[in-house]
Amino acid sequence: MNPINLHINGRAVAATVEPRTHLADFLREQEGLTGTHLGCEHGVCGACTIELDGAPARSCIQFAVRCNGAQVRTIEGFEGDALMDQLRAAFSAEHALQCGFCTPGMLITARDIVLRLPHLTNAADEARIRQELAGNLCRCTGYQGIVRAITRVLRERLGVVGAVGTVSTVGAAHAT
Amino acid sequence: MKAAAFRYACPPSVAQVCALLAAGGGMAKPIAGGQSFGPMLNLRLAQPDSVVDLAALAALREVLDEGESIFIGAGVTHAAIEDGKIADPSGGLMPYVAANIAYRAVRNRGTLGGSLAHADPAADWVSTMLLLDAVYVIDGPSGTSGASAANPGRREVGSGDFMQAAFTTALREDEILAGVRIRKCSGTFSKNGSQSGSHGITRGTRFGYFKFCRKSGEFAEAIGAVLIDPARGVRRAVIGATASAPHLVRDVDAVLAGDAAAMAAEVRAAGCDEPYEFQMHLTALRRAVAMATAATANPP
Repeated sequence: MNPINLHINGRAVAATVEPRTHLADFLREQEGLTGTHLGCEHGVCGACTIELDGAPARSCIQFAVRCNGAQVRTIEGFEGDALMDQLRAAFSAEHALQCGFCTPGMLITARDIVLRLPHLTNAADEARIRQELAGNLCRCTGYQGIVRAITRVLRERLGVVGAVGTVSTVGAAHAT
Repeated sequence: MKAAAFRYACPPSVAQVCALLAAGGGMAKPIAGGQSFGPMLNLRLAQPDSVVDLAALAALREVLDEGESIFIGAGVTHAAIEDGKIADPSGGLMPYVAANIAYRAVRNRGTLGGSLAHADPAADWVSTMLLLDAVYVIDGPSGTSGASAANPGRREVGSGDFMQAAFTTALREDEILAGVRIRKCSGTFSKNGSQSGSHGITRGTRFGYFKFCRKSGEFAEAIGAVLIDPARGVRRAVIGATASAPHLVRDVDAVLAGDAAAMAAEVRAAGCDEPYEFQMHLTALRRAVAMATAATANPP
């Protein structure tokens, strides 16, 4: 067992872990943070996506022992985050989930897309959003609602008027 | 999907890393970003006795402008290259390639050197480094054979000699990849792909890079890559995602001229004989050539 010290959702945590324990198992089993879901456990499905040192990462292929000194933020740590609240509302409004298993990873990926690519507000940008989502698998929705929800938030944030899918962009300066 | 038990160490110096790897007698493996090794451990395709973490080696994340070339530390992430956070010697090729490696969550952790040392034929960097004729800089124990007197723990390997076969490289068991040295291509490209003349260079590098993936972010089924740098007289083409190391096109003039027979011969020389494989690689090469030789230089 190896000792680690890290921050999880802003809280300092000291723990001991087996080297082979991946971060997702550590978060779920030792820290009780079951919002992080495990699907494939080899980095393909994206259900376990968390924020590691401020950027999305797969927690199933990252070993907890390697996270000494790291800042970890799980879906639970986004409570009260204005952008995440906006995304949750949009996911609900656009039917972006059914069973919800992929949703924690989807939300963390979606939040990264909105922050990193704030200019994706045109109908033509849908392909890029889908490409950015390629690392998060959803077996319920066919992604339609998820893409709509992300587009809705992108447009809300840039003040773009009009329903998702229309090309009109009134009064929006495209920050590129 | 849980890794078998292993010992873990995260040494603060290259010498200690190399000593631990040597002591492992072939059963110790270094880990960088862990985006390929992590899955292999979970799937128990890899069951090393010990894992030696390179995360504490800050030098691996260095990027140095050496005048005619740029040294990129092995620990630089795909995302840093994608985002243009490091100097780009490749005229826009490397950010273009980086942006299409796996998924963003993987690119945030995965490293250039980790991918190269892993040497999966279907990965992007092994083909890209051959195209750029990168020099591989390797750190090992002091006095390693092939090292220079000035730096007894360091040796260099040419772009065609590093990857020897699938998952097989010139790295010895007690060595790690320190980084790659890449000659600067002429001209630079801004992020939107338009050529920038701000560095006083009028003739820019053109590249073509095309890969077939069954799904966005999956490993490539076939890669075609082309680099044309008129100012340096560089004309290179690579066929990648083969069964082994990528293939450097021999008759590059004929291939760049679009000679169908020459392209087919190169694809066969790359070992892609089986009809599906042949067609995929031929098409990838043809598309890369078309992209590099198009009148409008590089796409965004």
